[in-house]
Amino acid sequence: MLKGFWKLTWVEVKIFVREPMGVIGTLAIPVVLFIVLGKLFQSDAVLGVQMPAGFTAPFNVAVFASVFIAVGAVLSLVAIMSIYREGGILKRLRATPLSPLTILGSHVAVKLLFTALGLAALVLAGKRLLPGLLDVPLLSFSVAVLFSTLSILSVGFVIASLVPTARFAQPVGSAIIYPMVAISGLFFPLAALSDGMQLFANLLPVTHAVGLMDGVWAGGDWLALWPHVLGLLVVFAVFSALSAKVFRWE
Amino acid sequence: MEPVHPPAIHRNSMVSVDPKQSAASPVIEVVGLQKSYGSLTAVDGVSFEVQRGEIFGLIGPNGAGKTTTMECVEGHRRPDSGKIRVLGLDPVRQGRELQKRIGVQHQDAQLQKRIKVWEAVDLWASLYEAVMDTDLLLEQLGLTEKRNAWFMTLSGGQKQRLFIALALIHDPEIVFLDELTTGLDPQARRAIWSLVTGIRDRGKTVFLTTHLMEEAERLCDRVAIIEHGKLIEMDAPAALVTKHCPQRGVVFSSDTAGVREAVEGIEGLTELSAEGEVYTLLGTGDNFVSGVLDAISQNQIRVRDFRTEMPTLEDVFLKLTGHAIRD
Ligand SMILES: Nc1ncnc2c1ncn2[C@@H]1O[C@H](COP(=O)(O)OP(=O)(O)OP(=O)(O)O)[C@@H](O)[C@H]1O
Ligand SMILES: [Mg+2]
Repeated sequence: MLKGFWKLTWVEVKIFVREPMGVIGTLAIPVVLFIVLGKLFQSDAVLGVQMPAGFTAPFNVAVFASVFIAVGAVLSLVAIMSIYREGGILKRLRATPLSPLTILGSHVAVKLLFTALGLAALVLAGKRLLPGLLDVPLLSFSVAVLFSTLSILSVGFVIASLVPTARFAQPVGSAIIYPMVAISGLFFPLAALSDGMQLFANLLPVTHAVGLMDGVWAGGDWLALWPHVLGLLVVFAVFSALSAKVFRWE
Repeated sequence: MEPVHPPAIHRNSMVSVDPKQSAASPVIEVVGLQKSYGSLTAVDGVSFEVQRGEIFGLIGPNGAGKTTTMECVEGHRRPDSGKIRVLGLDPVRQGRELQKRIGVQHQDAQLQKRIKVWEAVDLWASLYEAVMDTDLLLEQLGLTEKRNAWFMTLSGGQKQRLFIALALIHDPEIVFLDELTTGLDPQARRAIWSLVTGIRDRGKTVFLTTHLMEEAERLCDRVAIIEHGKLIEMDAPAALVTKHCPQRGVVFSSDTAGVREAVEGIEGLTELSAEGEVYTLLGTGDNFVSGVLDAISQNQIRVRDFRTEMPTLEDVFLKLTGHAIRD
């Protein structure tokens, strides 16, 4: 069934590209955000805005943009799954020899592909426009982003099963994911949270995604970052198993 | 669209036929099928068999349980109880295996909005070991010009034809067609009818549902009538007509005097009415119509106009359910 997997994945890639908003949201917006914020925080003037002297960046712009890409991929997955379910597209695909895993797997592949492309666009633009900022282990960082995205995508399948209709996909998805980002340690250190909230934040995949990306960015070793790797793996395993149980095809 | 014959299979090694399933054994066996949604019993103890090589139709009003029954048989819905065997397989436990050997047109399932017609056909074709000549299939369904069109730009009838193409693409042993020609124009409907009879003529089996009594009558070897989740009758359309509506009508007009007396003694006559010069005779039995003809010629009745009215499946449906199928 590998042939079916590649065919379906390729068809879904083409379909995704045919929707201009999707492509702009996935590829262009993160890059623009990255460049604008990057320039500001390097105290370059952007559109006439200039940060005061002695200003330091409050968060890692590259990690921020990467989380933005990953979260965009997950929300897009939630929307696509609920639209496909509502339209009976999933039902029609299931009435073929395609296995359920192949059908869902090809959507994961598409999302990972566009995450990788978004990241590539980010790096290309950053190398040109933000000299010095990207002098970090980029390959390792990219793997961290993709791995994190994969883990959060598994949560996306469960969210997709929760949303009642396609209309609610975006709001419900956002309401679940964005709070996770808020307390992930991206904007302020986890230590600023109460003990209980810290514990809670450590159960969330975005927290470990940010932890891993930050760590790798700073030149950290994957082995040394094992708690985050483990956290993402556990989330992936638990939510994949859960979605196998709760995923609604119609 | 021309009247069509299903395209030949290319690529060999179609799924081999299980030797245990001789021509006489049913390809679909359903015993005591039961399915409820909450407190609503959608299918209530349905049993039937479909033989290899027949076109079997499930007819009934909206909400009667046709789709539910069909989807349980296809393995896309899990029955509450009852036994189902399709090609010797259990649709619940051997669903994947079954999907390779059947073709399914779901009643209201769509495709990706921006998938092109050829991409859908190509994707589906890649999923099976042997497929029909897809270009020919598209041509026969009148979709050749739409090859590069996005699914969302197709008209309702064109979408329906694409779905039928996808269901037929691997020349499956059994084709399930839920609401076969809903939304199609008469020409497309005819093309699909001949496509369906062509499938049957190659020894494949067709299981369909329809609202169109004419379609059921012309196409189906046997029909089952379902209402409120129960099968209320099942047989060949002609047999059902003979059984439930044996009465046929003869209508003619004549200005000859004494028509009434001349026809009164005809064998099988049950009702006679006259409206001016138009006489309507109802009767039963195979000899009734020739009885009328004999009476006309023997009594030298001058007939200006003559027609017979045969009951149809629609009449049977009306009689059994007490209402028309579109109510
Ligand atoms: N998924 C579902 N959840 C709840 N009720 C359902 C579901 N599917 C069908 N029903 C109900 O079960 C009954 C039978 O529905 P079904 O779709 O089998 O009818 P049908 O004969 O195919 O009708 P139609 O001619 O309108 O297609 C209906 O009353 C319908 O409302
Ligand atoms: Mg139906």
